[in-house]
Amino acid sequence: MIAIVDYGAGNVRSVQKALAFVGADARLTSDPAEILSASRVVFPGQGHFGQSMGQLRQTGLDQVLIDVAQRGTPFLGICLGLQLLFEASDEAPGVAGLGLLKGHCERFAHPRKTPQIGWNQVQVQTPGSCIDPVLSAGDDHFYFVHTFHAVAADPSQVAATADYDGPFTAAVRQGALFAAQFHPEKSGHAGLNLLQSWLREDASC
Amino acid sequence: MLTRRIIPCLDVKAGRVVKGVQFQGLRDAGDPVALARRYDEEGADELTFLDITASSDKRKTLAELVERVSKELFIPFTVGGGIRTLDDMHAMLDAGADKVSIGTAAVRDPTLISRASARFGAQFLVISLDIKRVGDRWLLTTHGGRTLTDVDALDFAVRMAESGAGELLLNDMAADGTQDGFGIELLQAMSSRVHIPLIASGGAGTCQHFVDAVSQGGADAVLAASVFHFGTLSISQVKSAMASAGIPIRPTHTTPLASGAPA
Repeated sequence: MIAIVDYGAGNVRSVQKALAFVGADARLTSDPAEILSASRVVFPGQGHFGQSMGQLRQTGLDQVLIDVAQRGTPFLGICLGLQLLFEASDEAPGVAGLGLLKGHCERFAHPRKTPQIGWNQVQVQTPGSCIDPVLSAGDDHFYFVHTFHAVAADPSQVAATADYDGPFTAAVRQGALFAAQFHPEKSGHAGLNLLQSWLREDASC
Repeated sequence: MLTRRIIPCLDVKAGRVVKGVQFQGLRDAGDPVALARRYDEEGADELTFLDITASSDKRKTLAELVERVSKELFIPFTVGGGIRTLDDMHAMLDAGADKVSIGTAAVRDPTLISRASARFGAQFLVISLDIKRVGDRWLLTTHGGRTLTDVDALDFAVRMAESGAGELLLNDMAADGTQDGFGIELLQAMSSRVHIPLIASGGAGTCQHFVDAVSQGGADAVLAASVFHFGTLSISQVKSAMASAGIPIRPTHTTPLASGAPA
C-alpha cells in the first residue's frame, strides 16, 4: 500500500489523482499504523512551515515520518514536504523541522518575486535518483510554487537544482528518501514520468 | 531559469465550453476536458476556466467540471467566475482546482483575501483586476468593467499582495477585446509597485503582443482567449516568437508518457 500522508496541508488529492493516473493505488491517510506499514510513503504539502510542523507534532505524525524515513521505506516529499525534512525555516523562526536532513530554508530575496510561480528548468547535481530517467529523456521543466527554498548543509544531498536569479535546491535525496521542491503532480508528462520512475525504483532510488 | 507562462482561458457555461474553439479533428468542441487536453498537448503552461453560467446552481456545475478536469489534466488550472466566499473557494479546492480567480468580491471586501490566504495559502489566490485609465489615474472597475469605482488600482494591488494574494491578473479595459495588444503602460506601472507575479490579460492579437507584454510590460505570464479559440494563433507559434525574442519558455514538445501509464 502507498500512503499519502494527510495532515491538513493543502490540496493533497491532486497527488492521489496523479498517482492513480500512472496506475498506482495510493491512499490518503493520517493513521500512524497505516503509514508505518506502507510500502511507500508520499509526504506532500502546501502552506506554512510552522503551522504544518505544529499539526504534525500534535498528531504524532512527526515521529512516524522520522521512523518511516529512517527504516528506509521509499519516501517522496513534495514542496513543503521537502522543506519540512530540514531542521528549520526562516518562515517560522524557532520551530524545529523534522531534521531528517541538515540545513534550513530561506526566503527568496528581493528583487526576486515571491512566490516563484511557474515552470523552471531542472539540472541534476547528484546522479542516481529517480529524477534521472526523466531528465535524461529530455523533459526537464517542472512546475514550482514556493517562497522559501532549502539550503542543505551537505551538498551531496542536493539531487537537482534550478535557477531563479541564482541556483536553488530543486530536489534532495538521501538513500530511499527523495523530495522535490516542485510539484510532479502538476508538471504534465515530466511529472507523471517522474512519479512512475519513483514507483519503479527500488529502495535505493 | 523560470519560464514565462502562456495561459489559454476557456469560457464555460453550464459545464460546457462556449465560444468556438478551433482544433482540427476535435468533434466535441464543447467538452472542457477534451479541450483542456488539446491545449496541454499544444504546450499550454496552465489553463483558466472562467464560468459565465448565470444560474443559481453554478457552483455545483463548476465543482463537477473541476472534478473531471483534475482527474485527467496534470498541469495547473485556475477557476474563476462568481467565487465570492471562503466556502466557494473551499468547494473548488476540494474538487481539485489549483487556484481560484477572484474579482469583484475582493474589491467589495478587501479582508476576504487575507482570510482566504490564511486558510488556503497565497498559491491558491489569483486576484483579477479590471482596470480603467481615467485622466492620470488607474481605477478599478467591477462587474466585468461595467461599474467604475474610485479605488486606485495600484494602491489596491499593493494591498492585495500584502494581504497574501499569490498573483495578479491585470486587464486593461481599454485594451480588452481590441486585439491591439496588452495594456503595456498598466503592466509597467504595476511592475514597479508590486512584487508578486503579474499575468497580462486582454488585447492579444499577434505574437508580438505577447512578447511586448513580457519584455516591455514585465509580465510573468500572459493569458488569452479569443486568439487561441479561433485559431488565429497557436500556443507553439506564440512560444516560438517569445523564444526568438530571448524570453525563456517551456518547450512545447514534451516526451510521451512512459509505458504503463494510461494514454
